[in-house]
Amino acid sequence: MFPTPIEKLSPSVNISYRVAIWIALLLWLLPMAAVLLTSARSVADINAGNYWGIPSEWMIIENYVQVFQATPMAKYLMNSILITLPAVAGAVAFSTLAGYSLAKFKFKGSIALFATFIAGNFVPFQILMIPVRDLTIDMGLYDSATGLILFHVAFQTGFCTLFMRNFIVALPDELIEAARVEGVSEWKIFWYVVLPLVRPALAALSVLIFTFIWNDYFWALVLVQSDEVRPITAGISALKGQWLASWQLISAGSIVAALPPVVLFFAMQKHFIAGLTLGATKG
Amino acid sequence: MQKLHSKQQQWMPMLFLAPAVIMFAVYVILPIVQSIMLSFYEWDGLGEKTFIGLGNYIELFSDEQFWTSLKNNVYWMVFYMLAPPLGLAIALFLNQKVMGIRFVKSMFFFPFVISQVVIGLVFSWFYDPTYGLFNIVWTGMGFEPVAILSDENWVTFGIIAAGLWPQIAYCMILYLTGLNNLSPDQIEAARLDGAHGWKMLWHVILPQLRPATFIAIVVTVIGALRSFDLVATMTGGGPFGSSNVLAYFMYEQSIFNYRAGYGAAIATVLFLIMDIYIAYFLWRMLKSEKA
Repeated sequence: MFPTPIEKLSPSVNISYRVAIWIALLLWLLPMAAVLLTSARSVADINAGNYWGIPSEWMIIENYVQVFQATPMAKYLMNSILITLPAVAGAVAFSTLAGYSLAKFKFKGSIALFATFIAGNFVPFQILMIPVRDLTIDMGLYDSATGLILFHVAFQTGFCTLFMRNFIVALPDELIEAARVEGVSEWKIFWYVVLPLVRPALAALSVLIFTFIWNDYFWALVLVQSDEVRPITAGISALKGQWLASWQLISAGSIVAALPPVVLFFAMQKHFIAGLTLGATKG
Repeated sequence: MQKLHSKQQQWMPMLFLAPAVIMFAVYVILPIVQSIMLSFYEWDGLGEKTFIGLGNYIELFSDEQFWTSLKNNVYWMVFYMLAPPLGLAIALFLNQKVMGIRFVKSMFFFPFVISQVVIGLVFSWFYDPTYGLFNIVWTGMGFEPVAILSDENWVTFGIIAAGLWPQIAYCMILYLTGLNNLSPDQIEAARLDGAHGWKMLWHVILPQLRPATFIAIVVTVIGALRSFDLVATMTGGGPFGSSNVLAYFMYEQSIFNYRAGYGAAIATVLFLIMDIYIAYFLWRMLKSEKA
């Protein structure tokens, strides 16, 4: 283990280390802690410039209720869910199929195809912006959840295929071969042999791209314009203009927007990190 | 049966690939080609397109806004490069087994999970010229207060600092995973040879962390070139375009100024810059694939 385990050092070093990590954590999260506190502040506090101290009165419930009552926040939240969940399902489904094909079948051009998925995943969004916007308008899907979902499915498929292909390639060939000898059809092999084996990867991938899609802001700006469809990232940024100095509301809104991916992260931490660090230990 | 099988093995992989390939071709590959073609046209996004050859590029290279954005993108890349070493430093600091460390590690990672829009809001407020914590500390140290986000000389660095926060968290998690997978034998052997501290880190640990470093650098460069959300939420490229970056500049020209052709030219330049890194990444990836 590196660095040297702290238990092997003197008791005083041990105690200071154990205190230091918490102080470091506090400093690291200071901006977030301040937002959390501010979402509980009163207007009087904000006007008096009490941005960083303890609130003079706690207005947690009032502020959060006001955020939901005075703004379309509930609608934004719902929109985000209705966009993110189908997009995650679609991208994961398509890429599992594609990843299996690229990992376990030999055919001409499979490496080139794999490379295309990887490369496409890194391109700047701006190079796609105008044509994707036009395409979405032509299909009559501008300012609709479907338009946004289709794009997310397509784009995330690049990263997801990379991920699934690398996971499936490491699975033993023998199981698939054995099923083939038995005369099981290719589709049934996929469904009954491969799919159960990739379950952990599916979980990791879903959590990860849920966060990516939930946090998308650019495409929400480019493909959507009404509050009816707007997801929460674009929603909160639109509200910022209306609220101006109502920092207690902006803070409460920010917390609401950040909550779903944060909850998911803490609930599925192991999967999330496994997904994110795929490739960081080998390759 | 056997025959049917070998036939199935030929067309089934194509069928498995079809949905992903079609979606990816329609929404990613084709648009890249279309954007590059569009960059040779004058177009307001609605009416007729007029072919103007390299006109957009000639204009672009004499556009001061373009050079400011490009310069800012270089700043982003240079300063974003602080994320891998700082992430490594935090990972080394936290790579212990004391009570509560798991919780501390996940809280350190936390900024990466939050939307950049929220991070932008949090930092705008952190930089608030009258009440922001930054200025409270800054004036406390005896300096004149600075309005970071409305000062042309500071603004880009203010935004980059906000972007570094989640980026460092990302690099940290890559390194924590890497540190978890170190070979204990090599470390023990090096310890017996008397290596410790910096020497150990440099000669024994870092070489083993190379895959993590590679990924950390790739995602950091890509992140720096993709910077859009923070610029859009914190300044909208202002004041007077001084915090603009290519990604936002492109959006601004195409959506607000109705100059789709010009926007496509900006996007093409950004794409070409990004290609260098994409090519490098692919080369590395395919090389390790063959090995």
